[in-house]
This record gives sequence, structure tokens and C-alpha cells, in this order.
Amino acid sequence: MEFVVFVLASAMILVGAVGVIVRSHPVHAALSLILTLFGVAVLFVAQEAHFLAVVQVIVYAGAIVVLFLFVIMLLGVDRTEDITAEPFRIQRPLAAVVGVGVIGLVAASVVAARNAVALRGDGLMIAEETGDHDSNIRQLARSIFGDYVVAFEITSVLLVVAVVGTVVLTRRMRSTNDSSTDSSANSSVKGA
Amino acid sequence: MTAMIATLTPTSTWYLVLAAVLFGIGTVGVLVRRNPLVMFMCIELMLNAVNLSFVALAKRLGDIGGQTTVFFVMVVAAAEVVVGLGIIVAIMKRRPGATADDISVLKG
Repeated sequence: MEFVVFVLASAMILVGAVGVIVRSHPVHAALSLILTLFGVAVLFVAQEAHFLAVVQVIVYAGAIVVLFLFVIMLLGVDRTEDITAEPFRIQRPLAAVVGVGVIGLVAASVVAARNAVALRGDGLMIAEETGDHDSNIRQLARSIFGDYVVAFEITSVLLVVAVVGTVVLTRRMRSTNDSSTDSSANSSVKGA
Repeated sequence: MTAMIATLTPTSTWYLVLAAVLFGIGTVGVLVRRNPLVMFMCIELMLNAVNLSFVALAKRLGDIGGQTTVFFVMVVAAAEVVVGLGIIVAIMKRRPGATADDISVLKG
């Protein structure tokens, strides 16, 4: 059963990931990204990370991909990109070599170290074993609000900085137009 | 055949190899594609590959710290997407239809 779930989810992930890089239409790439993100959420459930699976669906598929689609719509870049054109002849073979190299090196080291690390932590609370369906959320909350509470507080600062920074970034483009309309409004007021 | 499939359970090594493949696909995408939005999506693929390996190792080592790290990675990824898309919108407003090759002002 677990095997079937793994095979189906990894098929979703790989089809979606390949779709992101080969589909020439940005909207299709974003929809392929959703497929990958859902597959990763399924594997999170299979690895006893129930809370993170929900957060994955809400934050990634629900917020980040919608933001991507918004920007595609806003910019009107929903044209099909010509991906057969190749400005640098060497680029794609080089990219293929780098990709295969990364996959090969990481996979080889993972397989070589498959017996190297043993159980070290306190163990994950698994819902079927403890009989408590919220055990994953409880354990994760103890960790976040206990051991990592300082990092959690700094995260809030980061989010505020990101929001303020984005507002400043997008307002500055508009301010040139605003100042011209403001000055014309002022002059008309002065003229009156 | 079905009995063999029933006894086959994926170990954490399978998940880590899958994460490596996903990371490699994301790398190739960043290197090959020219549309800044699609390059950004490929970075999301790479982040998800790392998240997947963190969760697999949290299960393997029996340590909730891996899942805590994934939580923080998700928060930082959300902030990163907001700022990155703001920058892309700012660039695209000045130069409509710009690809990564056109944004080369900092070229040495």
C-alpha cells in the first residue's frame, strides 16, 4: 500500500517537475507546479508530517502558485515562449551535464549512506501508535514554540520586512506618474 | 506479484533519491529557461526537494527538528516569493517581455 502511494506520488512529482521546465506557456508551467506540490504533500503524509502536508497545500498551492498566476495575468506575459531558440549553443548540453551530475552525486551519496545513520532523536509521535490523532501537531508545536521560539519570533520580523519591502518596491514605479499628476493638480489649484 | 508489491515498503533512501531527482530537474530548469517567472518556479521545485529530504530524514532519525526546519523554510519561501515577484513586476513594467538575457546591466 505504502509502495503504491509512493509510486503514484512520485509519478505526480516527476511529471509536474518536467512539465514546469518543458511547457512553453507560463500558465501551464504554473499548473504543473501545482501537480508537483500536491505530490510532495502526499509524500509528507506518508512520512508522518501531517501538519506540514496541510501547510504545503495551503501555502504553496493556495498562496504561492496563485501569486504566480496573478503576476502572469497582471504582466500579460501569457504569451508562449519560444523554447526551441537557443541563444548559447553550449548552454543546454552543459545544463544537462550539471543536472545529471547533481542527481548522480546526491543519489550516490544517499545510497552509500543508507545504513550510516541510526535513530538519534526522541522519535516521532505517530498517530496510529499513540492513538492521538493530533500527536504530530502537538509535537511540532512543542518544538517550534519551545526550542525554536527565537527563530519563530525572528520569522515575524522577516515577514513584516518582506511585506513593507514589496509595497515600497511596487509603489516607487507608480510614484513617477503620481508626482506628475500631483504637480498638475497643484498647478491647476494654484491657477484657480 | 501482488504479494511482492505488498511487502515492498519505501525506505527513506527512496525519498532522498526522489528529492535528488527533483532538485536536479529544478537545477536544469533554472539553467535552461529564460522567462524569469519560470526560473522562479524552478527555484520553488528545488526548495520542495530539500523540504522532502528534511521530512524523510526527520522520520528516519526520529527527530521532529527536521519538520520544524521545513516549517521555517516554508515561511522564508513565502517571503522570498513575495519580494521576488515584486522585483519581477518592477522589471517587467520598465521592459515588457524581458527575459533573463535582457537584464544584463550588471554584466562585468
